[in-house]
Amino acid sequence: MSATPVLLDYGSGGKAAQRLISELFVRHFANPILEAMDDAALLGRLRGAVVMSTDGYTVDPVEFPGGNIGSLAVHGTVNDVSMLGARPRFLTCAYIIEEGLDMNLLERVVRGMGEAARRADVRIVGGDTKVVPRGAADKIFITTTGIGEVILEPAPSGSRAAPGDAILISGSMGDHGLTILSRREGLSLDSGVMSDSAALNRMVEALITEVGDVHVLRDPTRGGLATTRNEIAGPSGVVCAVNETAIPVKDGVAAGCSVLGLDPLYLANEGKLICVLPENKSAAALAVMRGFSEGRDAARIGAVEAAGAKSRAGQVLLQTPLGGRRLLGMLEGEQLPRIC
Amino acid sequence: MSDTTLNAAAFADPALCRGLLETLEAELDGPFRFMEVCGTHTVSIFRSGLRSLLPEGVIHLSGPGCPVCVTHDREIAAAMALAGRDGVTIATFGDLMRVPGPGGASLKSAKAEGAQVEIVYSPLDALALARREKDRTVVFLGVGFETTAPTVAATMRMARAEGLTNFAVLAFHKLVPPALDALLAESGGAAQGTGIDGFLLPGHVSTIIGVEPYRFMADRYHKPGVVGGFDPADILQSLILLIRMRKSKTPDIINQYSRAVSDQGNPRAREMLFEVFEASDALWRGIGLIRQSGLAIRDAYADYDARRRFSLELPDVPEIRGCKCGEVLKGRLAPDGCPLFGKTCTPASPVGPCMVSTEGSCAAYFKYGVEK
Repeated sequence: MSATPVLLDYGSGGKAAQRLISELFVRHFANPILEAMDDAALLGRLRGAVVMSTDGYTVDPVEFPGGNIGSLAVHGTVNDVSMLGARPRFLTCAYIIEEGLDMNLLERVVRGMGEAARRADVRIVGGDTKVVPRGAADKIFITTTGIGEVILEPAPSGSRAAPGDAILISGSMGDHGLTILSRREGLSLDSGVMSDSAALNRMVEALITEVGDVHVLRDPTRGGLATTRNEIAGPSGVVCAVNETAIPVKDGVAAGCSVLGLDPLYLANEGKLICVLPENKSAAALAVMRGFSEGRDAARIGAVEAAGAKSRAGQVLLQTPLGGRRLLGMLEGEQLPRIC
Repeated sequence: MSDTTLNAAAFADPALCRGLLETLEAELDGPFRFMEVCGTHTVSIFRSGLRSLLPEGVIHLSGPGCPVCVTHDREIAAAMALAGRDGVTIATFGDLMRVPGPGGASLKSAKAEGAQVEIVYSPLDALALARREKDRTVVFLGVGFETTAPTVAATMRMARAEGLTNFAVLAFHKLVPPALDALLAESGGAAQGTGIDGFLLPGHVSTIIGVEPYRFMADRYHKPGVVGGFDPADILQSLILLIRMRKSKTPDIINQYSRAVSDQGNPRAREMLFEVFEASDALWRGIGLIRQSGLAIRDAYADYDARRRFSLELPDVPEIRGCKCGEVLKGRLAPDGCPLFGKTCTPASPVGPCMVSTEGSCAAYFKYGVEK
């Protein structure tokens, strides 16, 4: 593509727009369904029940260590579909682009998206591009919608955690959130902190087929581990007891959090999952997760309990390194802006 | 890959803290009610889980140590009135945005309705805003204790040196020792006792003022005080020192946090502070007027005083109905003893300021609290 910036013409539906679509999007997303270039994508038959999810991505900065908004838009939606015990198959994407965007930046985003989809083995089968006047959007917003086939029934659900279950996480907490926030604060953290943005569908499929009996799968994105745990304890009517010492947090993330006054347990992750399943399956599940690069730091961080004399259903209780106990509440107040 | 766990600092070392807890338990000679007057202490005691580990007889009270919480309704109302003026941009720390003012409105809702309100992380950011927005007057909301006031003073001095005329400060700064004096005096002083057996004194404030300004607590009210650091081991060591002083009936003011606090404080910071500010009477939420407990801008800096520049009065406002923040700040009521707590008043929709600020004791109870 040329190095001229994106012009309003590119979203007009005319020849300029067609050129942008064929020379950029179709080239990087290459697959026969998309290349048919019809008004809609013909997917054929799917096996089993169908799962569908949609999410908008507005991250600032658009490019960050570990990915860009394009790869993030694939990973986020692929992971959401996977968390229902489904195999993601197809994605569509809608781009809102600010007039004047650097064409090279757009190409890097689209390439990142294409590569992420190939690695996750999903196809991008349709899309839309709009260019809006300068100031009407901030650089680039992307919405992706994903469809997948259910491979585990009953589907994992936030309401299925039961006393006697173990709580596992697939790796360290806070990497993505800290990467984005430190970039925005203009802090350069030399400690190699980078986003964990990654597709988890292969790991999920292995967990389901090799271990089975997975009660809950969640990806702790916005609001972090603390908020996601509460979204499990509440609907399941149980107490989640979590051991703070067992939660992996990278040195660079811990240090950056201390500088910025943040709590890594409330920071977003884009390539991690929480898995709740019966205690006697936890060792097998950890072994499966650790077999994947995105799960090599997987850890058992706690257990599901019934409400007792000193706890109420819906609470997440954190055992601190001192041995004390406190609540691990949900994120309150302002969402940290635009981290995904 | 090298991982670390949280709170790995030496002063949070679990083995060290277990030892200190055992000492504390062994030395305890009856119920001991201690009050801290610093939001950072409040959060640390909860967040580390220390509160759940304290021996049965050690009772933790959270006093008037959260800057947002002690800011008076009338001061919030004045800030809101200023936010409504044409040509004014309010620059404020984020915590103040959600404090409910008259009729439940807040700076956040004022912003949504068109007022120019910007969140800044330092008064210097507000100054930078004034340099950029030459056609508006940028007013920084000066809220906080002795810790933050010297930076605000330095910023005003910088504004004057640059000849910047579109910058001003709405100063609601407060001083900690006069509030402690009022707290002790109100409850009948030494004769009747206050229900508080000792004070964990604020480490950050003390880096500026040192140890001497607290001396009256021991001399006149016979209450021990320890200037303490913020990690669990600091807090436990401070509690042991307090309990020992009560046992030996030798109330004194001790500096436990000597790695950060010099007994003399920071004379240069104080010099800066008092070049721009002078002590004046101030309103405290829940306590009312305390003589010489605030900081007013000196005549020499009148051009940078938003109150004088905009002829701003503190409007009379009705009290927030049912809110017990005042009683909570004085240590007379535990947050969960307030009828609104967790019902109509939550961090998502706070009625009073103690539920707004992350350092407020009601917010800490709500966020971290576990039945003991």
